[in-house]
Amino acid sequence: MNLPSIDWAPLLPVLAVTTTALAVLIVDLFMQGPDRDALAWLAVLGLAVTAVISAVLWGHPARTLNGTFVVDDYAVFFDLLFCAASILTTLMAVDYLATTGVRGGEYYALVLFATAGMMTMAAATDLIVIFLGLEVMSIAVYVLAGVWRQDVRSNEAALKYFLLGAFATGFLLFGIALVYGATGSTHLDTIATEIGRHGRDGHEMLLLGAGLLIIGFGFKVAAVPFHVWTPDVYEGAPTSVTALMAVGVKAAAFAAFARVFLDSLASARADWSTVLWWLAAATMTVGNLLAITQSNIKRMLAYSSIAHAGYLLVAMVAGGKQGGAALLFYLLAYTAMNLGAFGVVVALARRGEPNETIDRYAGLGFRRPMLALAMAVFMLSLAGVPPLVGFAGKFYVFRAAVDSGYVGLAVIGVLNSVVSAYYYIWIIVTMYMREGEVEPPLLRTRPYLAATIGIAFAATVLLGVFPGIGFALARGGFFSLG
Amino acid sequence: MDHSLLTALIFTPTLGAIFLGLLPSEERIVQRAALVFSLVPFAISLAVLALFDGTRGDFQMIERHAWLPEFGVQYLLGIDGVSLFLVLLTTLLTVLVVLASFGDVHKRVREYMILMLLLETGMIGTLLALDLILFYVFWEVMLVPMYLLIGVWGGPRRIYAAIKFALYTMFGSLLMLVAILYLASLQRAATGATSFDLLKLYELSIPLDTQLWLFAAFGLAFAIKVPMFPFHTWLPDAHVEAPTGGSVILAGVLLKMGTYGFLRFAWPLFPAAAVAAAPYVMAIAVIGIIYGALVAMVQPDLKKLVAYSSVSHLGFVMLGLAAMNVEGVSGSVYQMLNHGLSTGALFLAVGAIYERRHTRQIADFGGLWKVVPIYSVMLLIAMLSSIGLPGLNGFVGEFLCLLGAFGADRRFVAWAVLGVILGAVYLTWMYQRVIFGPITHEENRTLLDLSPREILVFTPIVILVFWMGIYPKSLLSRMEPSIQTIVAHVEKGARSGRESRGREPVTEAKAAVSSAAKAL
Repeated sequence: MNLPSIDWAPLLPVLAVTTTALAVLIVDLFMQGPDRDALAWLAVLGLAVTAVISAVLWGHPARTLNGTFVVDDYAVFFDLLFCAASILTTLMAVDYLATTGVRGGEYYALVLFATAGMMTMAAATDLIVIFLGLEVMSIAVYVLAGVWRQDVRSNEAALKYFLLGAFATGFLLFGIALVYGATGSTHLDTIATEIGRHGRDGHEMLLLGAGLLIIGFGFKVAAVPFHVWTPDVYEGAPTSVTALMAVGVKAAAFAAFARVFLDSLASARADWSTVLWWLAAATMTVGNLLAITQSNIKRMLAYSSIAHAGYLLVAMVAGGKQGGAALLFYLLAYTAMNLGAFGVVVALARRGEPNETIDRYAGLGFRRPMLALAMAVFMLSLAGVPPLVGFAGKFYVFRAAVDSGYVGLAVIGVLNSVVSAYYYIWIIVTMYMREGEVEPPLLRTRPYLAATIGIAFAATVLLGVFPGIGFALARGGFFSLG
Repeated sequence: MDHSLLTALIFTPTLGAIFLGLLPSEERIVQRAALVFSLVPFAISLAVLALFDGTRGDFQMIERHAWLPEFGVQYLLGIDGVSLFLVLLTTLLTVLVVLASFGDVHKRVREYMILMLLLETGMIGTLLALDLILFYVFWEVMLVPMYLLIGVWGGPRRIYAAIKFALYTMFGSLLMLVAILYLASLQRAATGATSFDLLKLYELSIPLDTQLWLFAAFGLAFAIKVPMFPFHTWLPDAHVEAPTGGSVILAGVLLKMGTYGFLRFAWPLFPAAAVAAAPYVMAIAVIGIIYGALVAMVQPDLKKLVAYSSVSHLGFVMLGLAAMNVEGVSGSVYQMLNHGLSTGALFLAVGAIYERRHTRQIADFGGLWKVVPIYSVMLLIAMLSSIGLPGLNGFVGEFLCLLGAFGADRRFVAWAVLGVILGAVYLTWMYQRVIFGPITHEENRTLLDLSPREILVFTPIVILVFWMGIYPKSLLSRMEPSIQTIVAHVEKGARSGRESRGREPVTEAKAAVSSAAKAL
């Protein structure tokens, strides 16, 4: 068997994360007692090192593994995003796991494996490698969703996510097969050149394949009508896992989605952009309308994450350099504000009493002013109120849409923002304008969770007032494609 | 030094809010500190007034910094004769509101003051921003503190009112955002560089049908804020539920943001569309004048009466503005200031009596003249100013608005004058029922008259009511060059649209508007 020669440098980020995951598993074996804080620190350290390695690779694009794996600025951007998201979800989980009775070791390792999968998806330039990354990520997250082994909801979430996820993966694989049939390759660059050469020969098969790919990715990003798993899984999974799913999994799926469609299949744009147009409009509208009726904050955030997938799809529809850069920036914005919001949800959770109904937030504004202030800022940012990062993201996305001539979609988007304002503001109403009856006991107050929320808060505000650096990163990332 | 005066004006309230956040939440300390922090921007705005060159019609004290250079978004501030006085109104009313709130806000005082100061930042920023994105940011920044002020310190139906206020306002402003983005993409198509610089966008020539769409999107946002009939339904709810200070700022400044938006953005950016739509705007304004007055007449609740009187009064502002001649626009801007003072005073008066009696029903009062003479005089002045009695400020504004409208389209003036009469009816009748006659409720015999602090709140307003009524030239002469610039620009824009197309765009647009109206 003829093995290709391997350039190891581009693989370093993924290797660093994987090594850390293995190290966490091994160290866990030798640890006594219930305290697993050291493992969290090990995981954070590993992720930080990974982030540094990735950052060093910025501006030095390199391919390896026969050209199927690339570290361009696009991959580096996502590596940094995933590292940040995983660090924050790890910190968020330290006290949360202890209070909800989960042994830590496997949790941290699985988060790291999932991160490795995400990074692979962002760096893959071959459909098969994308699939590998997707599976590594998904399997880790399936397990994480069920990490509360005694909890029925958690079990249901894991099973549902797994069954539907496996089904969607089938679509993705079938799509890959059809694209291979149409172009003779699974390699993204070759696909692009083949499409350019053949013109419309065998176009039907390619389109069918692209359609199946859209279904596969649509499931992972929770786009309507492939979203039905989202609320149940988000609600049932431990909140820190939900945060990882809402942020990391979605971003990873979009990373691969955008690389395939905005780069490789860009020449077939005319064919798929209409499909995505409808998908975007439906996703925004359904997500926002259903979010209004939710009384559980995690379900509300689940529908809100569906709605935000819709805004991200608007950026995909807009396409081009502006649309792609807008997509990346919006993911950055979405990561900051959503992690913050889930952090606040975690902060209210107790053993046996998750405090997830929105009513439990009544009076929080004056009972725990700092926490409520942070939540209010995250909600306003999600609603797209300036000068917060959510506004900067929407500005970028809708501007790209308007510039590409999709004014109608931009109007649908802003009308949806008005709808979304209702339920985000409802949280603020509940916190500040209604009296709370019960004083929930305080969580063990250690700085981990506060740090998570604080970092997300700072990012939400600072990237909102000075979005320049975020824009520059997003542009640099996307412009490194093709 | 000039070069950061406007920035200082915008952000000193924010700094004040941050300092307040660090202070202990003891009521007296917070109140005094808040008063100081609101006096600082007022002092700065007086300095701006002193340095302002009233003979120029362009923007002064311009500050320009890159904010997001790749998108052409700038931090661009400037002031002209129109925004100057609105800024002064804002800083003055903020001081008065802070002082007035000593009486009626006793829970969460610190948070109340912080929000008031943040609101001031939003309001001044909105008035000074000359970059459309910066304007939009400040426009939205105004929303959140006001929403919380209504929702936390408001009356029994405060949550309903707060959400209604927030959603209405956001609905309009987000469509405006799309229009702003579209405008910038047109600018890029025309010049090759994206820019949100208002002064550059003024020079952009836009096809008439596009102008109509964009005018509609901007106009909707502003019409909701004014509020123009039929988008006014959020206003009575918000006013009735808001705490006194919130009502004063809402009526005194926030509503002016809508009319200011029309004057600064909708009219000069889309002159041909605006001129074409002007008769419709005037018609809606007149409907608002009469409808607001009629509904105000039958209100049993004092605060609701004042709220509907705002709908009526803002109709005059829009009428003068839509006339788009120097008299009309001067009257319109003057009337914005008048309404801020007189309605602010009316809300303060209603708040003062509510503090004492915990009711706002007109039927619960009567015969107050003997019990609270100072209060009665203050209410009298506020009421007469609001009616537009000659010699007081309201007369000058209403007269100029009507004069301008007469020059543009006299059909509407006849109806609008009816509104003046109705205004006199409902306000004097209200005054009569509250102040004159026998005392019908025993509780009213022991009412306390205004305290020195409350007299201090009313004094500046009373002085200005007389000053602006007797010597309007001192203000009008500073506004006029700027207003002339705007009017000339709109006329030029409307004319050049006509010439470049070789057809009569106004009639064509009228046809387009009326066919759209039929379709609805």
